[in-house]
Amino acid sequence: MEDIEHLEKKIQLIDPSGRRLDGRRPDELRAIKIEAGVLKRPEGSAYVEWGNNKVLAAVYGPREAHPRHMQNPTRAIVQARYNMAPFSVSDRKRPGPDRRSTEISKVISEAFASVIFLEQFPRTAVQVYIEVLQADAGTRCAGITAASVALADAGVPMRDLVVSCASGKVGGVVCLDLNKDEDNFGEADVPMAVVPRTGEIVLLQMDGHLTPEEFDQAMAYSLKATEQINELQKDALRRRYSVSLDEFRAVQPPAPEPEEEPKYDVYHEDQPGVVE
Amino acid sequence: MENRPTREVVIPGQPLDGRGLRPGSGTYSEGGRIYAALLGIRDERSGTVNVIPLSGRYMPRPGDAVIGQITDLGPGHWLLDINSPYPAPLHAVETPWRIDYGDTASYLRIGDLVLAEVLTVDEIRRVQVTLNRDGLRKLEGGQLVQISYAKVPRVIGKKGSMVSLIKNYTRCRIFVGQNGCIWVDGEPQDAAVAVAAIRLIEQYAQAVGLTEAVHAFLQRKYEKRGG
Repeated sequence: MEDIEHLEKKIQLIDPSGRRLDGRRPDELRAIKIEAGVLKRPEGSAYVEWGNNKVLAAVYGPREAHPRHMQNPTRAIVQARYNMAPFSVSDRKRPGPDRRSTEISKVISEAFASVIFLEQFPRTAVQVYIEVLQADAGTRCAGITAASVALADAGVPMRDLVVSCASGKVGGVVCLDLNKDEDNFGEADVPMAVVPRTGEIVLLQMDGHLTPEEFDQAMAYSLKATEQINELQKDALRRRYSVSLDEFRAVQPPAPEPEEEPKYDVYHEDQPGVVE
Repeated sequence: MENRPTREVVIPGQPLDGRGLRPGSGTYSEGGRIYAALLGIRDERSGTVNVIPLSGRYMPRPGDAVIGQITDLGPGHWLLDINSPYPAPLHAVETPWRIDYGDTASYLRIGDLVLAEVLTVDEIRRVQVTLNRDGLRKLEGGQLVQISYAKVPRVIGKKGSMVSLIKNYTRCRIFVGQNGCIWVDGEPQDAAVAVAAIRLIEQYAQAVGLTEAVHAFLQRKYEKRGG
């Protein structure tokens, strides 16, 4: 069978008017939706839809670090796990950690370790779980964006939220936030994660080649986009904690008192279906 | 108008400016400015700005009354799970009983609940708890409800108004530990109502006018009985 996904073919990634495959301009993001506190069991959680990416993040901790030799007597450790669901890609992904997800887990752990106040929780571990449910390029960025909302939701003290976004080069043009086809057939992809308040970069990777000028352009695109994504993160967290008492007023108390008299003794005059 | 958000929610990294303020808990300062370190409610008192957390794990502080569950025992101590990242040892000498070495199991067994007090917490967060205070004891029967420690002040209410309200209506015995563990004991139907009320307080902890809403909730249940 022919491997159609990797067929050498000439596709026009940028049309003559400068639009991309999905109609975006080079500096345009895909639609992003963030929701905080979607899970009940972990201390914090978040769900992100980023174009066709669907990512769920959950945070446990700080909790006792196991195995014991992993504990640091002066600070907490961050254990992030990036995982792709078998059904997240077009051809079933073999489940379990692989070279790629192990690397991504490591760089994400390090990105968060630089913003969390780890010294407040000696000997513990903060566990961040990132589950990619549906992948369409840029999952690590969506994962980091979700995980930092989940960390804030979990009440983990940190210097700022971390925001992540990728840029790359497609058909000779530097573009923001590549989708699957652009990632597969484009020339370069540069994911990065920043601390928006200070502009510090906590994650920066590159797949492909860019000239220094193109790289600067890609960075500028990503940095500008992170401001926008940061607002979405903050909005998600505020929505999580704006509650209304109206629903509360409608809640009925549980556990009705046990019936005093047995039911079969009661004669209901207006019982439906009873004909005299 | 009861749904107006009177409390300002702040997000980690958000500047908490104000003239001559000092950074308090849940905040940090960098380059002469104060920022929130937590997701929480901004709270300003006597020149200090704090962030009151909305979630997070319980960090033991000396003097806190906590409810713990025995998870392990040794010949001269027990280990308590106090719903914090750190296990809390309870030494045999910190109990009101006279315990022979190796006889710990005849006093407290794994799974038992105790109302204890945090005695000490050192720099690397090693915790010790005690039972040698008035009112501290093993909790027999009843059930345990776990909520976030950040919501304990709402369950207790101003000067205990909220717990007393629930206690009066449901006629349950209730102990609220600072660690978010709540022990409820009473008639099964009444305990179920008390637990439901606690769960609702947890869910709507940020709402204004919560005490009245809880009052109305209990009234709906106990129309006949009355407060």
